[in-house]
Amino acid sequence: MQRQIDLELNKLRAVIMAMGQSVELAVEEATQGLIERKPERLKKVREHEDKINAFHLEVDEMCLKIIASQSPLAADLRMILAIIKINSDLERMGDQAMNISLNVRDYLEKTALDEASAIANMSHTVRKMVRDAMDAFIKGDVALSEQVLLQDDVVDEAKRTTFKNLVAVMKQNSNFVDGAVDLMLVSRNLERLGDHATNIAEDVIFASTGKDIRHGGFDPSSQR
Amino acid sequence: MLIKNESLLEIKGLKAYVEKTEILHGIDLQVNKNEVIAFIGPSGCGKSTFLRCLNRMHEETPGGRAEGKVLLQGEDIYAPGSDPVRVRRKIGMVFQKPNPFPSMSIFENVASGLKLNHLAKGAELHDRVVSALQEAALWTEVKDKLNASGMSLSGGQQQRLCIARALAVKPPVLLMDEPTSALDPISTAKIEELVIQLKKETTLLMVTHNMQQAARISDKTAFFLYGNLVEYGVTTDVFTTPRDRKTEEYITGRFG
Repeated sequence: MQRQIDLELNKLRAVIMAMGQSVELAVEEATQGLIERKPERLKKVREHEDKINAFHLEVDEMCLKIIASQSPLAADLRMILAIIKINSDLERMGDQAMNISLNVRDYLEKTALDEASAIANMSHTVRKMVRDAMDAFIKGDVALSEQVLLQDDVVDEAKRTTFKNLVAVMKQNSNFVDGAVDLMLVSRNLERLGDHATNIAEDVIFASTGKDIRHGGFDPSSQR
Repeated sequence: MLIKNESLLEIKGLKAYVEKTEILHGIDLQVNKNEVIAFIGPSGCGKSTFLRCLNRMHEETPGGRAEGKVLLQGEDIYAPGSDPVRVRRKIGMVFQKPNPFPSMSIFENVASGLKLNHLAKGAELHDRVVSALQEAALWTEVKDKLNASGMSLSGGQQQRLCIARALAVKPPVLLMDEPTSALDPISTAKIEELVIQLKKETTLLMVTHNMQQAARISDKTAFFLYGNLVEYGVTTDVFTTPRDRKTEEYITGRFG
């Protein structure tokens, strides 16, 4: 039996997936602009951000319509609740990609620093987190969601190391302070992107199992 | 003061039959005082039969009989010598279709149970009728026409009249079999509000086909399927994270 709510949830999932892809691409354009020193890539970030904002409104409207017309319960209700939250996370992630592109624009006007390569690694990990969180969402894959949660520790550690190295650079030569601050901001925004990917993974686990693992409910030792 | 988690009803191994067909296959369920319990499940799952077994109405069905124990405050309503009429005074029932006694006035409808059981007369009878009508949230609408026929009321008012009639004898348990399925949304909302008010004084067991209604007003939900109790738990848990796959399929409409 085909349920009306399935048709509508499938449409909604497709929009959320497209939104997730735009986020991933926005982050890629912003950080590749830095690594390749190509400011023209930063313009693409704005294009993705505009799309993300449009998706944000569309998803909210679709969710409202499903709640009003279908009165979802149980797994359907958890899915809608998760999507509403994922939608907010993705929208914020678009803003963070935009922030990165502005930080990079400033940075590219200054002396290049070696630490930019560490940013490339961080960006790679964060984009994988976003991709995995969205894959986990569409497949309802709890194990993959848990992998995303573990990756967040890697990103947090990378940010701490980058900060430490950049402080050292600044102490060494005050001419590098402006550029180092820009990279710190990039690193900080990437770390926040990882946090949002983590939120998405947590929402996927809630939608799939009904378990709320936020704020200390996840035991990483069970995964290693 | 509400006493939480005080067990009121305990059902043990309840089976129901019509002729030789077993309709309920041994139900165990416990109900605490001042709770609202919703019974959900597809048509023919046995939820109404279950409710009717709780005040010995099922045996009024031709060929109907029940086995097992139904303990109300520790006393088995199926014990030999237990009087079904006395049981029904303690465990009242409201049906799907409002059924006021057609030849009686509003006042007489509510007074009928009290008179029949010689529970009150004169001024006390009047007071208890008024109080039952107030409890059923009908008083302000009928206070000036107590002698009018019960049938002169709207469907929603008639249902509240039936609730007042059931409440007049102060039953510790009130059974409701789809009490709002014949009512419009406004009358339904009034009955739902009433149910929430009534649980301060009594314990309500309600069959409903309306999932949202069960979610709105019940403390616990029992899901029946093919004469078995599949799941019984706190309503918010049942409607957000059901334990059993069959419950999940039913409440999300995946059945069939």
